[in-house]
Amino acid sequence: MIFKTATEMADALSKKEVSSVELTQSHLDRIAAVDGDVKAFLHVDKEGALAQAAAVDADRAAGKNVSPLAGVPLALKDVLAQKGVPTTAGSKILQGWKPPYDSTVVSKLKNAGIVILGKTNMDEFAMGSSTENSGYGPTFNPWDLTRTPGGSSGGSSAAVAAFEAPLAIGSDTGGSIRQPAALTGIVGVRPTYGAVSRYGLIAYSSSLDQAGPFARTVLDTAMLHEVIAGHDAKDATSINAAVPSVVAAAKSGDVKGMKIGVIKQLQGEGYQKGVQTRFTESLELLASLGAEIVEVDCPSFEYALAAYYLIAPSECSSNLARFDAMRYGLRTGDEGGASAEAVMAATRDAGFGREVKRRIILGTYALSSGYYDAYYGSAQKIRTLIIQDYAKAFAAADVLVSPTAPTTAYKIGEKVDDPMAMYLGDVATIPVNLAGICGMSLPAGLADEDNLPVGFQIMAPAMQDQRLYQAGAALEAALISKWGGALITKAPALKGGAN
Amino acid sequence: MSTLSRDEVAKLAGLARIEMTEDELVELSSQFGMILDAVARVQEVNLEGVKATSHPQPIENIARPDVVLPSLTPAEALSGAPAQEEQRFRVPQILGEE
Repeated sequence: MIFKTATEMADALSKKEVSSVELTQSHLDRIAAVDGDVKAFLHVDKEGALAQAAAVDADRAAGKNVSPLAGVPLALKDVLAQKGVPTTAGSKILQGWKPPYDSTVVSKLKNAGIVILGKTNMDEFAMGSSTENSGYGPTFNPWDLTRTPGGSSGGSSAAVAAFEAPLAIGSDTGGSIRQPAALTGIVGVRPTYGAVSRYGLIAYSSSLDQAGPFARTVLDTAMLHEVIAGHDAKDATSINAAVPSVVAAAKSGDVKGMKIGVIKQLQGEGYQKGVQTRFTESLELLASLGAEIVEVDCPSFEYALAAYYLIAPSECSSNLARFDAMRYGLRTGDEGGASAEAVMAATRDAGFGREVKRRIILGTYALSSGYYDAYYGSAQKIRTLIIQDYAKAFAAADVLVSPTAPTTAYKIGEKVDDPMAMYLGDVATIPVNLAGICGMSLPAGLADEDNLPVGFQIMAPAMQDQRLYQAGAALEAALISKWGGALITKAPALKGGAN
Repeated sequence: MSTLSRDEVAKLAGLARIEMTEDELVELSSQFGMILDAVARVQEVNLEGVKATSHPQPIENIARPDVVLPSLTPAEALSGAPAQEEQRFRVPQILGEE
């Protein structure tokens, strides 16, 4: 049962062929068998998950109306507050913290009867692209345990790819859902900025952060998307509009007459050959289904990475000021009459990892008097140009496409000492965040040179998330029929559990 | 190539309230030139007359009716406190002796 899709599991639950307690236990067993190697989870909430599952089973037995995904298990990125369950954002500064409240995403999952198996590993405060910046050690890619599952939501993507959960939640500030989805051969969506509430999402860069769904199919991803999206008065940046009909779009999957724009700047030099080949093949498939392929020019994208690595560190230097050792989290050096300021500084040194410190210092620099206009101010103007590039491109195309990441999964340790090389991996995903629009990554096959998954990225204008699912479902169906099965079924078996 | 000296990094770390070790200061200083060169590319573009975007959605300030809603109890609010006393967060000394 764990190898089925979330939709199939939901169907079996509704027909009472399996109980949620059984389904949850099967996933807990799988986690026990394989997570010693994958290390997707920071915390497994066995008791909480089984209690939630039992409650859904009781509701169903009592004939109550339950929501479509009720009883299906999920893995939750550790960046989202869950009441009473350890929540660390991958940082030592929050080790042992148990939030006294639920994030809105968690409330919505619980209301939908979705069973939360536990909290998944991530780059500390979502800063990174490989999970190697986690304060608790890296997660390993189920396709090849010597490689990264991507990041920052690498624990969530690895959990889904390793069949430890059919569904997961991640967050995407510069590509942190789409890139790990690409590197682990699954589907991940960053919804439009403001579509999913940020209440209880531990902030990294507030104008870019957005939580979103992972699953092994486009339809499963859409089902989860509809559960977590919607206006929330607790988030002042939440969009007060109807949630796009993403499930209906995923079921239709028709691209006849759809205009698909290939972004000139997001291909070619710097992109691995096998990535480019799978991308081009997918385009040809979409054309064969009746889509019209056009090329679009987004000249400002060349500066997106530079703008992102000013805006995000600037916002993080401000957001992470809250970790001050006074109200919650770690406190060290509080002996012998040390001042509050000394305790704060000692705690932040002990609690933050290298990348977090690097970004806080960079942000402090970019925002400091005398440099503000040249760095942060210029970056905000580049952001305007990127929004204008997208507006022009979307006048010529319904959706835009590119490879999700320039390479397949790289080796653990390969880029960890070279921050710029690591940052370059986000080149194709960052423009979406700067413009506040939505994007999806779905599997496009394996690269010939290394047999590792390649991601195909689809982008759509703000609050047109259904277009991602419409195009994504069409491509997925065509690829599955070409391959004779879903890509994930080609993943090697993990020790401790046959695939 | 841009540079940021060990002392400049130390000053920024002080502003950010992070007490860094000597090794960390030296390492960051050695990496910063490359990172600053990369992000300084934003200055290559002619940005005259371009408005700044601080936020992707065109929304105004949002206000809610001024009514009391349920919130955390004092015990819940203090549940993660490193130290507490008399239903308050106990913090290290914030003023000098005199």
